[in-house]
Amino acid sequence: MGLKNKLHTLKEKYKGTKLAPAFGAIHTFLYLPNETTHNGTHIKAADDLKRTMNTVILALIPCLIFGMFNAGYQHYLAAGDIDAATGGFFSSQFWTLDNFSLGFWKIIPLVIVSYGVGLGIEFLFATIKNHEVEEGYLVTGMLVPLIVPIDIPLWMLAVAVAFGVVIGKEVFGGTGMNILNPALTIRAFLFFAYPTWMSGDKVWVQGAVESIGKVDAISGETILGSLGQGKHLAYSVWDMFYGFIPGSVGETSTLLILLGGLFLIFTKIGSWRIMLSSVVGALVMGLIFNYIVDANVITEGSKFYALMSTPFWEHLIIGGFAFGTVYMATDPVTASQTNKGKWIYGFLVGFLSILIRVFNPAYPEGVMLAILLMNVFAPTIDHYVVKGNIKQRQKRLKVKTA
Amino acid sequence: MEHLELFLKSIFIDNMVFATFLGMCSFLAVSKKVSTAVGLGAAVIFVMLITVPLNWLLDHYLLQPGALSWLGEEYAEYDLSFLSFIMFIATIATMVQLVEIVVEKFSPSLYNSLGIFLPLIAVNCAILGGSLFMQSREIPTLGLATVYGIGSGIGWFLAILSIAAIREKIRYSNVPAPLRGLGITFITTGLMAIGFMSFGGMLTGGDKKPKEEKQVAVAPIKDNKVEVSKTSDTKDNKKDKVVLANNIKVNE
Repeated sequence: MGLKNKLHTLKEKYKGTKLAPAFGAIHTFLYLPNETTHNGTHIKAADDLKRTMNTVILALIPCLIFGMFNAGYQHYLAAGDIDAATGGFFSSQFWTLDNFSLGFWKIIPLVIVSYGVGLGIEFLFATIKNHEVEEGYLVTGMLVPLIVPIDIPLWMLAVAVAFGVVIGKEVFGGTGMNILNPALTIRAFLFFAYPTWMSGDKVWVQGAVESIGKVDAISGETILGSLGQGKHLAYSVWDMFYGFIPGSVGETSTLLILLGGLFLIFTKIGSWRIMLSSVVGALVMGLIFNYIVDANVITEGSKFYALMSTPFWEHLIIGGFAFGTVYMATDPVTASQTNKGKWIYGFLVGFLSILIRVFNPAYPEGVMLAILLMNVFAPTIDHYVVKGNIKQRQKRLKVKTA
Repeated sequence: MEHLELFLKSIFIDNMVFATFLGMCSFLAVSKKVSTAVGLGAAVIFVMLITVPLNWLLDHYLLQPGALSWLGEEYAEYDLSFLSFIMFIATIATMVQLVEIVVEKFSPSLYNSLGIFLPLIAVNCAILGGSLFMQSREIPTLGLATVYGIGSGIGWFLAILSIAAIREKIRYSNVPAPLRGLGITFITTGLMAIGFMSFGGMLTGGDKKPKEEKQVAVAPIKDNKVEVSKTSDTKDNKKDKVVLANNIKVNE
């Protein structure tokens, strides 16, 4: 209780000054504040913004830890120091301290830069605009390190985070007002501003960039990248499902993402409608492509052949589709708000991600762009769902009164 | 197949607003409400649908070098393409007048809410841009020109529809005072263009082309787009200044 009271007195002391929001933020983050609501409606509920954000972070922690192990594993595997994991999810080659420490020291700086820059800007804006610090960046700050390649230079990450937080969110008035998912805005900024650091076969494995030109050069390509070039990589389905593959830091393990998604659905934080309809949309698109291949419209010589002939269900476990669907598409701010709208929104996210993935050789990762695009159209979908509802009720009213 | 490809391409990949940033004036001015945006968007689709094929006919039977050969051998050497701007604009202005009369007759409420912007379609750069792109991209047949016109119109319609819905949504957002109004709309447009960049480079190159060539073809498009979005940012600043200047005027 000592710290809580101290923080409370500090808050009282700085009340009315510019720094008040900063102290208030720390206080409310750690403890339940002593104040009660002054006016307006009183709703007593346990799930405030902070609780919601913390639940999502809890769901992300397994992906983060797995990402650390995977970073080390991919590095040592590509360098030829260890053998490929064979014993299923708990294979001893994967869960070693060496793997973990290498990944830990690469990924922790990413997390620190992401939170440091993002929260710094949030505090700055709160101080200038004189409102309370909002918790919105907590989840974004955790998502960002998970969706970038491991070797991304830290200054790039800092620039992108600053762009995403200021242009993507603060100019719209802060948490809850943005139209595009801030984490995806940050990734899209990186993707379009520094394409050489966001795609290709050198960025996904730690140390691969420095090794270019050396005798023991290592490389690791994502499955999507190699399929886009018409090659097939020898990864078993279970490897892809467990996540022993190169890719952005936290997106590889479909198993852990699935568990995180179930956790989000169980705690009613993430919308199961969006997740389900997005999976359905992806499967439909995958089936259409498989059908096109079966019907011999696209032949083996076509550059789309490798991606099109991928079995429709495999699209779910390669690339960032699972991660995007579970953690990004379900963002309650930028997704559709209405239930019917959520079905349409989710379906189109899944549908378009596979479409972009297959048809756009420049952008192998379609799910990021599909979600951004649907974020743009989410208000339109909502508008028409609401309007349709109004029309239906008016019709019902007419029938009743007539 | 060719028609479908051009249709999708003109809607999504070469979107009038997000890829070439044409027609911004009415795009920004009439996008405050979804209903008026739909009206203007529909008007643009209609005008595009009529003017692009008409201008295609003009281009092919009057303006192109050698287009007059149907009159006789002695006219085969005429090149009237320097007249294309004025001819295209004349076509567009006539068509817009026609649309205005039709809208006034059948939907006076839409006519009133569109106000000055309906006649302004005549000078909407998206419409003239559609015709000029049709000319410079050398669209070969009348059918394709029609498809291109309607596709570009639908692309513009989708853009104004989505930004109108977004603007209705952010009306209650706590946007910083200097950015309220047009400033935030410009930023929103830039962010939406990032969303639309997902289509950039799609459908480029057929099956026969080697991959390297395609990548080269993709890269400059990206650069252009980045530049374009940058210019939109500078436009933001300019617009801010304009707004500021207006305020000063009012104060005086």
